[in-house]
Amino acid sequence: MKELLLIMVASAIVNNVVLSQFLGLCPFLGVSKKVETAAGMGGAVIFVLTVSSFATSVIYNVILLPLGLEYLQTIVFILVIAALVQFVEMFLKKSMPALYNALGVYLPLITTNCAVLGIAIKNVTNNYGVLESIISGMGTAFGFTLAIVIMAGIREKIEYNDVPGPFKGSAIVLVTAGLMAIAFFGFSGII
Amino acid sequence: MNKNIERLTNGIIKENPTFVLMLGMCPTLAVTTSAMNGLGMGLSTTVVLLVSNMVISMLRKIIPDRVRVPAFIVVVASIVTMVQFLLQGFVPALYASLGIYIPLIVVNCIILGRAESYASKNPVVPSIFDGIGMGLGFTLGLTLIGIVREILGAGQIFGKQILPLADEAAGKAGYTPITIFVLAPGAFFVLAVLVAVMNVVRAKAEAKGKPLPAAQGCLAGDCSSCEMSACTGKSTVSATEVKKVDENKASEKKAVEKKTKEKQVDEKQVEEPKATSDDNKE
Repeated sequence: MKELLLIMVASAIVNNVVLSQFLGLCPFLGVSKKVETAAGMGGAVIFVLTVSSFATSVIYNVILLPLGLEYLQTIVFILVIAALVQFVEMFLKKSMPALYNALGVYLPLITTNCAVLGIAIKNVTNNYGVLESIISGMGTAFGFTLAIVIMAGIREKIEYNDVPGPFKGSAIVLVTAGLMAIAFFGFSGII
Repeated sequence: MNKNIERLTNGIIKENPTFVLMLGMCPTLAVTTSAMNGLGMGLSTTVVLLVSNMVISMLRKIIPDRVRVPAFIVVVASIVTMVQFLLQGFVPALYASLGIYIPLIVVNCIILGRAESYASKNPVVPSIFDGIGMGLGFTLGLTLIGIVREILGAGQIFGKQILPLADEAAGKAGYTPITIFVLAPGAFFVLAVLVAVMNVVRAKAEAKGKPLPAAQGCLAGDCSSCEMSACTGKSTVSATEVKKVDENKASEKKAVEKKTKEKQVDEKQVEEPKATSDDNKE
């Protein structure tokens, strides 16, 4: 139990997926203009990362590992993830329309997210079992949500600031991300 | 022959993926902690680009248009896996320091971007040169950013001490490294400055009447070019939809409804999920 908690905290805060590993930067920069949208994106990422961590880790541990096919992991993971997100989208639309309306528009944006493939590969390199993979996927997604919501909050304020010409747009967002990364560095001592 | 040389210079200078197109920012930020890592990552990407452009260009008449993106991804993923094992076998130190960013070359926007926009439409030889040009352009970008970060963060270039370090105990004056530049936050700061400089260059080029090619990556505020890298062609549609959500809530409902309708139509036409996404893109 303690170990699982440690994985959760490490992947959510200490090794924050965006701010220290640079995965999922695209939605982090693109969908962080408003807190509401950012939270929606975060919700979708939590959902997809948890499901995809489960799926990829089951496939790795049940199919690839016993058959000695570990070298196929990159190819298999990317196809599984792409198909899975499509499938999740269809499933949500048919059986949980409320959730689909809340997350639907963000779902396709996520497949592309290198975070999903990155976490699947990281789970394998860290020799995580199925349960540990789910926890690590969920933790990573919580970390992403935390970062993108904070970023959106800051960006709503930046709108009113007088930013120097060349830094307008994505440059000032990157500076903000750098400052946030420094803040998150403070967490590295807690584990 | 001229065309091939034009492809080379196009990739290295005119449409440099790092400085002009601003593609592949994920590895750009992550692996440029030193010039050596940047160079290694750049060259690995170049090899993948060269081979994938070649293979995709050879197969361009065989791959059906509808399933082309998944097919490209399988080709790229296989090549990346081979490069990964070559690196692991012959340059284990580099392999260890690049870590998970090697398999992540698969989702690098540059590779699928070139496959989609050049190799799938052009003959083999120009495609190979296009791959080499783009790859070398990317390598140049990564190495330069790596050099800047290494000098500021450690006073070194390629591991050689360029700026003599200060030693307070011995009373020796010298350079005090700004360690933050080799850590994660420094990557963001260096990229921010790069984007700002490019904004100035862009404005000047436009004033002269010779505008640079538009930035395509996530930094242009549009994820659509990167989204291609994970086989959901239709995400281009939803990227626009997300913007609508930003504007007002009412149009969000509309977008979802519209999408639902579109999807229903698509589902009737095609069973295969990935094909569905391709279909939508067109």
